[in-house]
Amino acid sequence: MLGAVRRNTELGLIVLGTLVTVGAYLLASLAEDARIPVNIGPVLAVVLGLQLAAHLAIRRLAPDADGTLVAIAGLLNGLGYVFIVRIDEAKVEPQGLAGLQSAWAAVGIGAFIATLVLIRRVRDLERYRWTIGFIGIGLLLLPLVPGVGRTINGAKIWVGIGPISFQPGEFAKILLAIFFASYLVEKRELLAVSSFRIGPIALPDPKHLGPVLLAWGVSLVVMVSEKDLGSSLLFFALFVALLWVSTERASYLVVGVVLFAGGAAFAHSQFDHVQERVAIWTDPWSGNRPKDEGFQIVESSFAFSAGGVTGTGINLGSPTRIPYAETDFIFAAIGEELGLLGATGVLIAFVLMIGAGLRIALRTTVPFERLLATGLTVLLGVQSFIIIAGVIRVLPLTGVTLPFVSYGGSSLIANYVLIALLLRISDDTAHREAGPA
Amino acid sequence: MTRQIRLLGLGLMVCFGILFVQLNRLTVFEASALNDNPNNTREILRDFSQPRGSVTTADGVIIAESVPSDDQFELQRRFPQGPLFAPITGYYSFTLGSAGVEKTYNDELAGRTIDLSLQDLGDLFVDKDRVGELTLSVRADLQRIASEQLGDREGSVVALDPRSGEILAMVSFPTYDPNVLASHNTNEAAEAQRLLDESPEKPRLVRAYQDRFFPGSTFKVVTATAGLLSGTVTADDPSYPVSTGYTAPGTDRPIRNFDGDSCGGKLFDIMRVSCNSAFSQMGVDAGPEAMIAAAHAFGFNDEVPIDLTDPARSIFPTDFERDLPALAQSSIGQNDVSATPLQMAMVAAAVANGGKIMKPHVLQEVRDSDGNLVDSYDEGVWTEAMDPGTAALLRTAMEGVVARGTATRLQVPGFVVGGKTGTAQLGSDPPRSHAWIIGFAGPPDEDPTIAVAVMVEGQPEVSNQTGGRVAAPIAQAVLKAYLENPSPTP
Repeated sequence: MLGAVRRNTELGLIVLGTLVTVGAYLLASLAEDARIPVNIGPVLAVVLGLQLAAHLAIRRLAPDADGTLVAIAGLLNGLGYVFIVRIDEAKVEPQGLAGLQSAWAAVGIGAFIATLVLIRRVRDLERYRWTIGFIGIGLLLLPLVPGVGRTINGAKIWVGIGPISFQPGEFAKILLAIFFASYLVEKRELLAVSSFRIGPIALPDPKHLGPVLLAWGVSLVVMVSEKDLGSSLLFFALFVALLWVSTERASYLVVGVVLFAGGAAFAHSQFDHVQERVAIWTDPWSGNRPKDEGFQIVESSFAFSAGGVTGTGINLGSPTRIPYAETDFIFAAIGEELGLLGATGVLIAFVLMIGAGLRIALRTTVPFERLLATGLTVLLGVQSFIIIAGVIRVLPLTGVTLPFVSYGGSSLIANYVLIALLLRISDDTAHREAGPA
Repeated sequence: MTRQIRLLGLGLMVCFGILFVQLNRLTVFEASALNDNPNNTREILRDFSQPRGSVTTADGVIIAESVPSDDQFELQRRFPQGPLFAPITGYYSFTLGSAGVEKTYNDELAGRTIDLSLQDLGDLFVDKDRVGELTLSVRADLQRIASEQLGDREGSVVALDPRSGEILAMVSFPTYDPNVLASHNTNEAAEAQRLLDESPEKPRLVRAYQDRFFPGSTFKVVTATAGLLSGTVTADDPSYPVSTGYTAPGTDRPIRNFDGDSCGGKLFDIMRVSCNSAFSQMGVDAGPEAMIAAAHAFGFNDEVPIDLTDPARSIFPTDFERDLPALAQSSIGQNDVSATPLQMAMVAAAVANGGKIMKPHVLQEVRDSDGNLVDSYDEGVWTEAMDPGTAALLRTAMEGVVARGTATRLQVPGFVVGGKTGTAQLGSDPPRSHAWIIGFAGPPDEDPTIAVAVMVEGQPEVSNQTGGRVAAPIAQAVLKAYLENPSPTP
């Protein structure tokens, strides 16, 4: 009963989202040459077709799962696609990102379905937690392996095999979330008991904390050596949030913030690129900065101010002025051409996804599922927060993708897998609530 | 765990709330400051990469157009006639901004005027550029002749139609090549700008309407107007004493005639020989108020309503009070009097057009890319310098100057030509002067159809003949070309 309602809601939302995406695509084309694009039919078919494939798979494989996540992901993915096409075609040398991104979306939906097929019960993952943890750390380390790792745009977060490059960190974050959720479920009671105190802060026996600290330390070291500050912050948020939620002890939050402050101060004192990022953030206007290292962030601000409340209209702004508008800075392109209204719409979409994810976490009574759902939602929420915050100068810029919206295969596939896991948890919970069939 | 998850959700909401607040700051509260930030080249870049209409002369020569480029701007502004039309087209530069027609008619060229936009509503689904194509009143043939005649002497030529205010030619030398300033290579453009700005000749300054000079004896037309309107002068009275100089009240230094010549007589006589002593006396007799009023009625001390950028005001002093010697000097276009060549062309135009000076302009009409008329210049009177009767009298006087006076070199056989020469003295050791001529011409028994002003700077001589000898032939060539071919075929 619940499943039928949820699925019909999902279908309705998918149709609405498709209308928005195709409408945006149409407007982009009309602004370009006042002509209805010849490929509007195929585009409509692909956008609707991919989402319907996901929808049908859910009907079969997780019929009682939450009905909003896929529809919102599809809308963000579609909107992102329109902007990627629009930005790419405005470039002096278009790179054919339209075809690539739709291929990545197809692979992403495929991975989404495969996840639902392969993982019939999330609890099964608990058994492989050490394997998953090691694979996760291995993936994180992979870009540092000579011959395989590639440095693109100053960040050593890429792995190349033949012509294909991907960011293993995008997948590692999910694996590490699984590992931490399962590990903390087992140890949370031990970790919640304080065996010694430092001042007002009670701490557990270090031996229980060891694996967590080790994994955390490794990932931080890796991130610093790969110069990927955004992912570093993301992992940190994941660990601290899960520690706090599982142990219910606020002292972990305090320790986490202290450790973070210390780490940030250390990174700032040791690394030039960190100092530069912070300097650009605090004052992008000084000296030659607006034309040099601060160009990206300054142009991003100009994009938002050019957009105003209602935006310039799709394809009527000039987001190509911002380097990497199709990846890290796609939110600025949306802000310029859809204005405050459109950008707020994107914020609301992420807030709704966070809400759906945490609702799933609250609903399940299985501790591992609850922690995993929380961890996955934190990944999605914090990642979207830190890149948007970087683009609009709330935080120093750290290059991560905007989930579902930015161009990039690794991110898109990983995030589709992420919501597949959330839906699996949601479906399991609904089954249990309904009682054994 | 549920409490922590709820708090976590709350925390994330707060984070997104902060994003929403900052989003509002960027798009609303700080938007205008960001849009006006000097580092923000978005608007100009947007204009640079958008289609832009062409500018064509009255005789169909393209003087500005946008052609495809293979850089980020997609389009490159070109000025096919280069320096020749720079005084009119101005420039369109990424580093320097714009000037001239490129600036005053920017909205029309970019298709942003209401007329062009409204026209566009019907074309919502038609692939079409929304630009305005400009046709100017300036004629390429006259511009070329004027430029050739002036050669590489510093100076200006302005020709206009006194009946409408349409500018037919406007040459200024030295000039510059707007193509270099339009270069998308910003270093190249900035270097070109630096060289132009450092040059003592200031090539970017359009002398014809952005700079002013002593008008010398050409100003006597204004003085004569003041005399006639104040009632102190008629065609037959007074007859000024034949003398080598005039000494104004309050000084013992006389204003002398060139080369110590003696001259005098009635209005037509003193006009023909450009008699300094008589005209300085005429100005003093008419009095400061009449002189200031007459100069003002010709447009002196007022902003010129021309459709080009940064026009200079022509100046006639207003603080004579008890300084009659200064008034005497001013009456022959010396002292603190200064005028743009455009202003002096309009002085001739006023006489030619029954006393009315039309608003000077270069635009004829704007058409859309299909050739439909969108807008045309709204002609009108700028100022009335005198009544038609006075104008008719002065016209006869100036025709006498060409027929039998200092401006005989302005004659065009078969046509009626009037004029007035000027030699604005800059110094006598070494002797230097600006050579001037102003004039008008038309077919017999008709109102004049063209007015002209020519000024050649810093001639190494000072004589009564300088204006007639140096400047008149240039003006004559322009008048002749126009009169023999009054309506150009594109």
